[in-house]
Amino acid sequence: MIRVTGLTKDYGARRAIENLSFEARQGEVVGFLGPNGAGKTTTMRILTGYMPPTYGAAEIAGFDVVEESLEVRQRVGYLPETVPLYPEMTVFDYLKFMADLRHLPNAEDMVDDALEMVHMIDRADGYIANLSKGMRQRIGLAQALLHRPEVLILDEPTIGLDPAQVVDVRNIIREVGKERTVLLSTHILTEAQQLCDRVLIINKGHIVAEDTPENLQARLMGAERSLLRVKGEADDLVPVLSKINGIQEVTIRPDGSLEFQYASGLDVRPEVAKTVINSGYELFELSPIHLSLEEIFLELTRDEVSGKKGARHA
Amino acid sequence: MRNIWTIARREYRHYFISPIAYIVALLILLVMGIYFLLVLYQSSLMAFYGGATPPETSDLLGLMPFMLLFAGPALTMRLLADEHRTGTLELLLTAPIRDAELIIGKWLGAFLFVLTIIAITLIFPIILHFWLVDPGIDQVLMLSTYLGIILVSGVFLAIGTAISAIFKNQFAALFATLVALFFMWYLIGWPAYVMPSGGEIFRFLGLSDHYFNGFASGSVDVSDIIYYVSLIIFNLFVGTTAIEMRRWQ
Repeated sequence: MIRVTGLTKDYGARRAIENLSFEARQGEVVGFLGPNGAGKTTTMRILTGYMPPTYGAAEIAGFDVVEESLEVRQRVGYLPETVPLYPEMTVFDYLKFMADLRHLPNAEDMVDDALEMVHMIDRADGYIANLSKGMRQRIGLAQALLHRPEVLILDEPTIGLDPAQVVDVRNIIREVGKERTVLLSTHILTEAQQLCDRVLIINKGHIVAEDTPENLQARLMGAERSLLRVKGEADDLVPVLSKINGIQEVTIRPDGSLEFQYASGLDVRPEVAKTVINSGYELFELSPIHLSLEEIFLELTRDEVSGKKGARHA
Repeated sequence: MRNIWTIARREYRHYFISPIAYIVALLILLVMGIYFLLVLYQSSLMAFYGGATPPETSDLLGLMPFMLLFAGPALTMRLLADEHRTGTLELLLTAPIRDAELIIGKWLGAFLFVLTIIAITLIFPIILHFWLVDPGIDQVLMLSTYLGIILVSGVFLAIGTAISAIFKNQFAALFATLVALFFMWYLIGWPAYVMPSGGEIFRFLGLSDHYFNGFASGSVDVSDIIYYVSLIIFNLFVGTTAIEMRRWQ
């Protein structure tokens, strides 16, 4: 269980995260979604006892991360963004070293179990220096899983992996996430959708949205948008299209094409096509505009600035 | 305690796959061997002209502090600086161990490696004692000289460990440690020799006087031992504080 209240961290004059509050229950996989520099790593480092917050408090499994740091660290498995490995050691020696630091009883069995979990048992005697990026990532994951922690904190666990490895690592996370609390950071929306029960979107140190991936998607796609391109000037089409039932807004893009917005579930595109033809225009293109992750961030941060616009999407 | 040992053991093993450690060990033993021959040659020459004293342990180890002055920083430079650079420090700082345990363990690993080298050099006084000098060398002087060397290396490595905890670049740590050791060994006691009076305190502060006028001349004074041990503790404390301050940055 993770409980964060009013967490703030300053690096000198720069504020990395501000007044962050959230919770994660046992058996829940929570995704931390945000662009680089949003404060994901900072938050995770505070939760793992790497550094203390400037203000606010965080609790893991009922222990305060500053006051009872050692207790917290015993209960957390952490995979930092740069996988911390000693290349000159063998896989087994490395994990045995970590098991010894954690005072695990029958350490060698637990090392084997962890390697079993990440499907790396056959490389136990190989040197870490000779492993591929994907394998190193899995060894890092094995290190985090070694002591079967109550809380697992994974900083960008799939970054830099090839697609097959990504699938592999996600399967492992989904497996261990069933009975543990998992907090993972990513900037890939689909990853968050596949893995997480709940997503926190963080930007510039603030949580800008918190919901299940499905709800978040629906909320952001509350209004669908499409692109319309016709031959010649399209300015005269704006008032005509605005009259169509369901269309909320029509705007002219800088390149001369039109963009219109309509309530999802009420697909007005056939009607739009008909209207365009009937008005004597030649239709070139009519295509949906998908919100990319970048746009979601832009959208959410814009919402933050002007509350009115946000209310419309909600 | 157990964590200190876990850290120290990994560090000790690391020296046996590190080229720098092998070069350091090889150089020390090679120079010691050549110096051993020179000492023998000189005393046999003096014996030829009469009135010679047989060589002693303190003669054999005459170059040892000077060599440790370079070997210490070379062995300690990467201890924490390199962990910081490669990101493995994050692993250790989020493991359930105290910062002090980490620093002491790192120092202990380096100290055990230097003790191993020092143990190998015991071969020279043994040769002297059993085969070359009759009726044998001064054993008290031998023990006190070795105790002095062990304590001096402990201090050098503690200073190196503390400085390695401050820097992210291991070569910066190397040069800073060299400067610190030369200052503590040679320079700090210097005012004692030029000031007409009141300079004694500087000689006491320097590292070398306790060694040459104490351990290496056969007189082990408790205050000398306390001085070296407290320097070790102080520097390990500085190293721990450096790590703690890094967390607060």
